Formats: sequence, structure tokens, C-alpha cells
Amino acid sequence: MTQALIDSQAPTHSQAPSPAQADLSAAETLAGGTLFRFATAGSVDDGKSTLVGRLLHDSKAVLADQLDAVTRTSTERGFGGAAGGIDFALLTDGLRAEREQGITIDVAYRYFATNRRSFILADCPGHVQYTRNMVTGATTADAVIMLIDARKGVLEQTRRHLSVVRLLRVPHIIVAVNKIDLLGYDEAAYTEIADAVRTVTGELGLGAVHVIPVSALAGDNVVNASPRTPWYTGPSLLELLETLPVVDEVESALEAFRLPVQLVLRPQGAVAVPAADAPAFRDYRAYAGQVTSGTVRVGDAVTVLPGGAGTVVTGIDFAGTELTEAFAPQSIALRLRDDLDIARGAVIGAAGTLPDPTKELTAALFWLDPRPLTPGDRALVKFGANTVQAIVTAVTGRLNLDTLEQETAASLDINDIGHVTVRLAAALPVETFASSRRSGAFLVIHPQDGATLAAGIVTAAGIAVAAGVPA
Amino acid sequence: MRTPPVNATDTASPIRATGSHRLSQLDVLESEAIHIIREVVAEFERPVLLFSGGKDSVVVLHLAAKAFWPGRVPFPLLHVDTGHNFPEVIAFRDATVERLGLRLEVARVQDYIDDGRLHERADGTRNPLQTLPLLDAIAAGRHDAVFGGARRDEDKARAKERILSLRDEFGQWDPRNQRPELWNLYNGRHTVGQHVRAFPISNWTELNVWRYIEREQIALPPLYYAHDREVYRRDGMWRSVGPVSMPRATETVENRTVRYRTVGDMSCTGAVESDAASVDAVVREVALSTITERGATRADDRISEAAMEDRKKDGYF
Repeated sequence: MTQALIDSQAPTHSQAPSPAQADLSAAETLAGGTLFRFATAGSVDDGKSTLVGRLLHDSKAVLADQLDAVTRTSTERGFGGAAGGIDFALLTDGLRAEREQGITIDVAYRYFATNRRSFILADCPGHVQYTRNMVTGATTADAVIMLIDARKGVLEQTRRHLSVVRLLRVPHIIVAVNKIDLLGYDEAAYTEIADAVRTVTGELGLGAVHVIPVSALAGDNVVNASPRTPWYTGPSLLELLETLPVVDEVESALEAFRLPVQLVLRPQGAVAVPAADAPAFRDYRAYAGQVTSGTVRVGDAVTVLPGGAGTVVTGIDFAGTELTEAFAPQSIALRLRDDLDIARGAVIGAAGTLPDPTKELTAALFWLDPRPLTPGDRALVKFGANTVQAIVTAVTGRLNLDTLEQETAASLDINDIGHVTVRLAAALPVETFASSRRSGAFLVIHPQDGATLAAGIVTAAGIAVAAGVPA
Repeated sequence: MRTPPVNATDTASPIRATGSHRLSQLDVLESEAIHIIREVVAEFERPVLLFSGGKDSVVVLHLAAKAFWPGRVPFPLLHVDTGHNFPEVIAFRDATVERLGLRLEVARVQDYIDDGRLHERADGTRNPLQTLPLLDAIAAGRHDAVFGGARRDEDKARAKERILSLRDEFGQWDPRNQRPELWNLYNGRHTVGQHVRAFPISNWTELNVWRYIEREQIALPPLYYAHDREVYRRDGMWRSVGPVSMPRATETVENRTVRYRTVGDMSCTGAVESDAASVDAVVREVALSTITERGATRADDRISEAAMEDRKKDGYF
């Protein structure tokens, strides 16, 4: 049934824009639907763009005029030979150079919805600067789809991608074994690959990984379960994406409350409320930010860093609405009982849960800049709403992505994942990435030109240990 | 004591009884946008918001009002007026600015044409002519951050742009050399002459925008809702009869019930036939639409696959 769509000789969409495309029940459900973010990753030629195009097309996320444009270009280029057809990669390759060269340069974001969920897809190219692109896509993802070419099985690059995903603690990993049609939908061949995937993920210490046999080109198990793989009884790719829990929310609900203060709301008369109400806001002061983890309620005892003062939450404001509680990832404003010296960069946390501020930390860096990092380099680091100067005091090692072993390194080059020790100019309440994916992440920024040099994750806070840095 | 911003009513819907999903997608997108707006205001000296009176910029302004409540929106607005805007939209723009007590800077394409710095194009569209007045206004206002209502679902080139997008002194976007954007940590560093474009609703779709307008009861120019209008058919779109969009001798003027999905330059923005006269009707219509908003209504973006990319590289929004 899906076969017909891709083999269609001439596009029928302009004449019959298949209004079944978005049925109203889907639209209605969307009102309160949740948001799920996922990224795709894979090697060259494993059919990732085709998979993304197929997912968008079969979930009716491609509208008639877009499909017409893609079909027209596909035909001009003779895609699909005598059979005709659509080059799905054209749906996602947005830049002129990409279409001309047939490559994907940068992460592209796509939006689609089913009647269960809305999705934000970060489509990450696999071949050029794959670490840079994967890190960009994976840091905000609830799930990563890793593509494998069924004819090639698990490659070194698969191991590399999986180790990046593990280090970034992406909540869900889906391995799509693509081009299963080219193996004649053979169960034994698929099982061999699935076993190899599980061996690697076991070595990497990854938890549950979902493995699915798919054909992006033919549409098997992408949106609907395929009759050609009766031996596979699991969900289709889309079903899985629709049902996986949004771990971020679950996880952050279990963690202690944190609010990095972005700015202080203190209108001092310059209020946007009606004149009659203005006097009530003369002394209004609240601390605005996005809750990074946990839940806060009115009446909760909190600690404020720097300073370590304790106080009590007297109000939670959301643009004119008073809330009784707030949680990640809400952007709120907190009112506190005491007048404290709190400015941008302060962190408000559940009482007694904030770590002692430190100037020393050890971290893993995903180095993303062509200029190498050498010990002694100065940089800016951004944690939450804090940007401080820092010195990289040592490069203690580099992850060999082929062997997944730690090796010695004197410097870090682009796409390296390295371990470093860092000294900060000001003490911050640094938390490990293992304890919080939000509070334990930071940017490394070039002090002069402002380029983002690296994605950093804290492996240990406090006095740096010279040896025995955790992998 | 609590009074709502812009037109908000009951805005937060934090508690949902469906398992662990306590926040709806609109709640999540709203908090993300407010976080971005506050981050830009905290890190930049002189931000400005591009405000045309179109629905996306109206939503960004609404979000800004919520971000700083009970204070005022702490930055001015800037409109690049092509001189071909719908009068209803300009009236709405001015009324909104007045109501919120904000400052509006207007950069006029007409001024540039009058003194010869720009020349009218043969096709009559003034969209590409906005770039120079925009860059001049940014320089004159010494703005280091420029908020815009662009969304990634609008166009394939926009799908690749960062939420904080660095522009050089010529306002140019370099798509091949963008900063990686990691977690919710936005890097606003820039050097002298550079500025940053900030797109807080990058991750919103057209439907999200309409759902939000519905939920927050945000006022829009009347053109967005179905009304009777003198129109004629050109390039598969309904074009309004007006001083800069006169029908040719071969084109027949008819009275149709239409609405606008986008409200840009009159010379290149088309209407769609629609009975959607209320916000909930528009939400239903958008949810069921089989054509993208730009495909339906923007003649200039049909010129080539890369029309938007080329304009952005030259410093466009």
C-alpha cells in the first residue's frame, strides 16, 4: 500500500490534495498534545534523508505545494529513472548548496504532528562534522534515531554515534536497521544485526535500545507495521515515537528544584498594569527564570547562591497569573520573603540541596571549533545564566572513538571528545551532568570572537583530581 | 491586583491530569520563547523587536509582555514599512503601540525610493527592498539584538537558522558557519559591528501560533478573518484590488469571501478563499490546510527554491 505512494508515476497531489491528510480528530487532539523532540543520526548513504522524508510524507506532514515542488525537482533530475518517484531528501535539504551538491550541511528542524503528539525533528547530517551536528541535535532531544544500513551492519561510525549519544544522556535510543528490503526481508539477517547492535550498546552501558527493521524507500515499519516483516512484532518507528515517555519531564520532576535567575523584575513604577492597580506593584520585585529541574511551591524554603542565604517563596507569578506550584521547564518569576542581593547569575534552589560553589571542575568537552584547545587556554564558560572566565588547566585525555578507550592527548581538535580540568574565575554551584542534564551542561565560548567552541558536561565538581578522571 | 498583559486571560494551564505530561505543547513553547526573550534582554544592550502588525510579530510582542509582567516591554519596536502595507494592518500596528505605551521606529522604503537610494523593481514587489532600510535602522538605533517572529516551519532556509542568529556588519547570514546551539544555553556574544537576530518562536508552527492566539485571545488585524473583498485571480492566488495591485485588462474582478494567512506587501500577498470568520474557525482551517502559508500567499517566494535563502544572506529578516 505504501509502495504505491513512492512509485506514483505522476503526482496526483495537486489535483487531489488528499484532505484525509489531517483529519479533524488529529487537529482537535492537538490542542493539548504533548511535544516530543527527536534527532536523527547516521552515516553517509544509509538513507537518513529518505527516512525523514518518508516519515514526513507518510504522516501527512508534507503539504501539497511542498510535494509539488519536490516532485518537480525530482523529475527534472530524473530521480527514480523510468519508474519516476520522489527524492525525499529534497524535502529536508533547505540550502541551495545542499540541493546543488546533494549533501546536507547543517541541522534542519522539521515539525509534524499526529493525533497523539507534535514532533520537533532535528535532522543531523552524518558525514561532515558529525560530532558537531549530532551534539547540536542531541542536546535537546528526547530520543535519537540512529540509522544503520542493513547491508553493512554495525560500523565503527555506529559505535561512535552511540558513544556520543551515551555521553549526552539522550533518554531514548532507536536503531533503525534500514534497507531491509535489500536483504529480502530476511529475519535471520536482521536478527544478526540486531544482536550486534545490542552487543555494542551493552559494551557502552546503554540501557534499553529499540531496534526496528525498516525500509525508508519502501515505507516498511516507518509509519505502519509492514506485512513483509511478519516476524517483527514490535511497534513501527512512528508508533514508538508517539508512545515513548518524555523523560526530561519525568527526570526533572525527581530532581531538586533549581531556578537560574535570568533577570530581576523590578518595574519601579514603569508598570504595564492599569493605573488603578499600579500602586500594588510599586515595590514589586521578582526573580525571573526557567525552572531547570524539580518543583517549587509557595511556602517552600529555598537557598540562594551566591551567598547561601535561606528564604521562603511567597509567590510564583506567570505573567499575571499566580501559581501555587511551578516545575521544569516553566518560565516563571519567584517572589521571596526576604530582600536579598540577587542578580542575574544567582541560582535559587530547594533549601539545602545546592552544592558548595567551586572554582575547580573536571569536564568532558565536545570540541566543535577548528582551532585546537591546548592546556592554559582561556575561555568563557556559560552555565545557566552565568558566564564566567575560565582557564583550561589540563587536557587529561581523549576518547578514542574507535576503541572507546581513553587515550592521552596534549590538545583537542575539532570533533574530539576530551577530558579536561577547568578553573573558573568565580565560584559556581556546579553540578555533575550525571546528576542533572540541565544543571551539569555548559558552553565554552571564545573570549574574543564569541564563537561557541565546545559543549561541556561536568564530570566532577570540586578540587580536580589529577588522575582517575571518570570516562 | 492581578491584571493580565496584552489580552491574556487565563494563560497558564500547568496542571494536566494526563500522566506525567503536565504541560501542553503550547505551555512548553511559550516558556521556551519567554526564556529566549529574557535571555536576550539580559545579555544585550539595545534590543529591538521587528513589529509589522502581522500575527507572528503580534505573538512575539504578547510573549514579551508576559516575560516582563508587571513591567513594560523593555525595548522599542521597529517596522520596515514597504509603503505597500494594508492600511488595516498599519492602523492595528499603531493602535497596539499606543495601547502598550511603546515606542515605534518606522523605516520607510518609500523614502529610499524617493531619494534614489533604492529603485522600484520591475515586478513591483518591495519585499527585497526592505533589507537596506532595515540595516540602516539597526545601525542608526545601535541595536545589537533584533527580535523577529520568523518560524522554522515557514521555509526550508529558515528551518536551518539558529534561534540566535549572528549577522555580520552587512547583516548577512552565513548558513555554512553557524554556531552550534546547545541545550537551552544561548550564546549571544558578538563583536563590534555584528548583531544578533533572535527568533523566539522558531519552534512554533502556523497551527501553534493560531492555537495560541485562540487561547490567549490575542487581537489581530481584521484581514486575518474572512471578509468580502474585491479580488482577481493571478498566479493561482486571490489578489486584492488596490493602488499597488491593480488587475490587468485580462483579469476579472469579483467579490469573494476571503482571508489572509499572511499580511505582507500588498503587491505580492494573496488572499485565500475562506469562511473562517472567527479564531476557532481559522484554527480548524489551518489544521486541515493542505498548502503551506507561504505557498498559498506569497508570490515572491515562488520565484525560486532559494528565494528566502538569498534574501536572508543579504541581510533580510
